[in-house]
Amino acid sequence: MKNILIIGNGVSGITAARHLRKLGDDKITVISKETDHFFSRTALMYIYMGHMKYEHTKPYEDWFWKKNNISLMRAEVSDIDFDLKRVKLNGKKFKDSAFKTNLTELSYDILILATGSASNKFGWPGQDLNQVHGMYSFQDLEQLEKASPFLKRGVIVGGGLIGIELAEMMHSRHKEVTMLVREPSYWNNVLPPEESEMVNQQIIMNHIDLRLGTELKEILSDDNNNARAVVTGDGEEISCQFVGLTAGVHPNVKWLKDSELAINRGILVDEYLRTNKPDVYAIGDCVELQNPPKGRRAIEPIWYVGRIMGETLAHTIARSPIKYNPGHWFNSAKFLDLEYQVYGNVPANIVSPLSSYFWKSEDGLKSLRLVYEIATNHVVGVNLMGLRFRQEICEEWFDNHFTLEEVVKDLDRAHFDPEFYKKYYKEIETHLAHN
Amino acid sequence: MDTTSLSLANPKPPFTSPGQKWATAIGSIGLLLLLLAWLNIGPIFNSIYFWSSILLLAIGVVWYSIDMYKNTPAGIKNNGVWFDSLTNKGLWAWVLGVFVTGFYVVLYWNPHLMGYNAEGSNTGLVHFFDPLSMLLKGQPASQWFVYGTLYTFAIFFFGIKYIIKYRHNRYQIIRTISVMFFQLAFAFLLPEILEGLNSDKAYFGKDFKNIWPLNYYFYHDWHLNGMLDGGKLGMFALVWGILLTFVVTPILTYFYGKRWYCSWVCGCGGLAETAGDPFRHLSDKSLKAWKIERYLIYSVLVFAVVMTALVLYSFFTGSGQFLFINTFQVREWYGFLIGAAFSGVVGVGFYPLMGSRVWCRFGCPMAAILGLQQKFFSRFRITTNGGQCISCGNCSTYCEMGIDVRWYAQRGQDIVRASCVGCGVCSAVCPRGVLRLENSGKISDRAKAIRNEVITADVHSAE
Ligand SMILES: Cc1cc2nc3c(=O)[nH]c(=O)nc-3n(C[C@H](O)[C@H](O)[C@H](O)COP(=O)(O)OP(=O)(O)OC[C@H]3O[C@@H](n4cnc5c(N)ncnc54)[C@H](O)[C@@H]3O)c2cc1C
Ligand code: SF4
Ligand code: SF4
Repeated sequence: MKNILIIGNGVSGITAARHLRKLGDDKITVISKETDHFFSRTALMYIYMGHMKYEHTKPYEDWFWKKNNISLMRAEVSDIDFDLKRVKLNGKKFKDSAFKTNLTELSYDILILATGSASNKFGWPGQDLNQVHGMYSFQDLEQLEKASPFLKRGVIVGGGLIGIELAEMMHSRHKEVTMLVREPSYWNNVLPPEESEMVNQQIIMNHIDLRLGTELKEILSDDNNNARAVVTGDGEEISCQFVGLTAGVHPNVKWLKDSELAINRGILVDEYLRTNKPDVYAIGDCVELQNPPKGRRAIEPIWYVGRIMGETLAHTIARSPIKYNPGHWFNSAKFLDLEYQVYGNVPANIVSPLSSYFWKSEDGLKSLRLVYEIATNHVVGVNLMGLRFRQEICEEWFDNHFTLEEVVKDLDRAHFDPEFYKKYYKEIETHLAHN
Repeated sequence: MDTTSLSLANPKPPFTSPGQKWATAIGSIGLLLLLLAWLNIGPIFNSIYFWSSILLLAIGVVWYSIDMYKNTPAGIKNNGVWFDSLTNKGLWAWVLGVFVTGFYVVLYWNPHLMGYNAEGSNTGLVHFFDPLSMLLKGQPASQWFVYGTLYTFAIFFFGIKYIIKYRHNRYQIIRTISVMFFQLAFAFLLPEILEGLNSDKAYFGKDFKNIWPLNYYFYHDWHLNGMLDGGKLGMFALVWGILLTFVVTPILTYFYGKRWYCSWVCGCGGLAETAGDPFRHLSDKSLKAWKIERYLIYSVLVFAVVMTALVLYSFFTGSGQFLFINTFQVREWYGFLIGAAFSGVVGVGFYPLMGSRVWCRFGCPMAAILGLQQKFFSRFRITTNGGQCISCGNCSTYCEMGIDVRWYAQRGQDIVRASCVGCGVCSAVCPRGVLRLENSGKISDRAKAIRNEVITADVHSAE
């Protein structure tokens, strides 16, 4: 029986723990400093908006862990001794924790690092003032909630997926929201121009003050070290009571920087998710792949990646080594009321050897983009706004090298909108034929 | 974990829109008229006041809903649901719960308190409804007529609210029009009119979508006799009633799942989906609740079947005694415990505390049968879109049947649960478009194939 220690109770650490338990009877301990139990970080926004309570964001009831013999621990790990195979705890106490521990050290046979991400801060003057926070952790949410009774206007810096969620959160509680986005169009380093513009429209339609092409210069403080205003690149001063820093995330590895672990931007791992240290693995947001699979990036801080890595690693440890193979890229999000799905390869800037076919509904709220190779006409990517497609069918198109025309004839099979929803596939077929 | 820090202030702004205030005021006047009638304030008994009352209530609800949603773009807006006293088991929820429960107690056991008089002319609230009753069937109202009218209006006007709320979702719109139609036409207008036309004959049920065993008195001697003596309409009721249970129901459930009844046709479901919608998230999602659900609902089913068998035994043998059991007593106990206390008092009265489907989930014998059919031979499934689930929990939270939808979705597993009424709300609230309600022969095997990932044997794995 091996003694397996997992640092981080996010989706990657927990998925690894669950699958390890499923595959064997090793001793499994999960340590985290954030919350006692695993909760869904992706649902943080819904707690603030009143759609759910914290307890609803926990995918497993509290009895689940004991029942499955997975030990949970609330503590912060400050150091790792890779030779003696021991981790050190810094002894921090957590007021809101139901678990108590006086341990200062824990040993392991196998260590899994699943420490997630941290919000980016780019050295802006005033970034450490009160009422200036990222939106990543449960504690970030608590800070926002604390500031809320006095919050009239919030300023959000950065226009990624978390930024727009934070905007929606404040908006739902009738706060004024200003979004500073450095790029000339929302998330246009990921979305092609048409889709990016649809999101701009969505933001404006919701009366959120969207400032495109605008950078943060500094955050001004009042006498008590509270943020009171931001200054933009053009020198405009916008008064506010809260500043959300959502200009992306980076692997949470700062506390390991001085250790012997090989780290670049994230913890470097091979195809088997092994670090440079024996019996030490890393999964999820904190990872940087040394040789990412074709078409994938070295750091992919998203939910699904953490889950697949956790499952893969459990198999490697408990059964036989298998390589991390995430398959075709997919992701999804919701920009206020606009749903978004992507499958395969959809670059923001589609240039030769790729090209794309784009269709948009008359009301401007739905669109389909098919990215294809010019030479072969094979479809390699699908981008959807306001429409839902079946993942397995899209992957079938890629695997079986469907051409653009074949895919357009086959759209109905991928249909995943609810029953009775209007189907646009005939319209799209005609549209393609005329272009 | 301690979450009190997350509710420092009541984050939901008070409802400030002038429109909503006016709407509330207007609806309250309608309600006040009902109250005045209940208190027998003389001049109120005039059909003008009756119609005004109904009209004012309707305007109140519909105007309030329009005002509530008109400035927000269409989409899922469950903002503040867990901050609001009414929808988060606060003071207002208790007030409403006690009020509705009290109403049911009066309705079932003390109808004279609302003015019903079997011997002479009605007074109070029941008298107030006489004009409508005279119009439909030429008889004065009864407490059941008052109840039926209010019930139908609730489904109708809160149905309109629901449609506005889900105006971006065609499944929800069509489904709601369906429950509104079946309630208005089949549960209310048609039976009342037919009753008027057959007033010389003994009573039998004329709501032709009310199916045994939900309609538990279908095989009671007085009801069988009523149908047998009821001429052509009576014979139709008898044959149709039997066909419904044993032929129509299995076929429709095979093709569409239990939803064809529970969230498209049934009146109990209709009220839950419309007036009960603001409380749907209060259903208990724990594994424990699921266990209780299975014990309770199948016990009620057994009770209903045994009770009916005994009653039929008495009907054919003429003996009120089977072994040591008095069949009439069994039937009375069923009527009291299940027919009245469970389905009415608890089922509706507890909406604001236990969610809108308490009866449908824990008590309804019809739902139990449909559920077994749905589970073992039906093409209906909720399919999951690949690996897209982000485990956020919206689906589970808003499932009125207390199904932990996320449990399946996050494993990429199709959802096949006896209790699912196919309301489609899980699919509507999912922010990643992961869930789809489907009827298809092709996908039933898929569900089984992916169903291997089970951690411990009894953890949500088996049903
Ligand atoms: C608001 C928000 C919305 C998101 N929405 C989406 C989405 O819609 N789709 C999507 O794909 N992705 C989304 N993401 C990203 C996704 O949530 C992450 O990719 C995922 O949660 C990462 O999981 P993880 O297990 O790798 O790390 P985490 O979930 O970050 O877990 C790491 C845990 O380790 C703990 N920890 C770290 N260091 C220590 C230490 N030294 N000692 C003890 N404990 C430690 C942390 O406290 C944390 O609890 C979202 C993220 C946020 C913040
Ligand atoms: S699982 Fe979905 S469709 Fe079924 S009852 Fe629950 S919310 Fe409705
Ligand atoms: S609502 Fe959708 S994404 Fe959220 S847990 Fe349910 S299926 Fe998963």
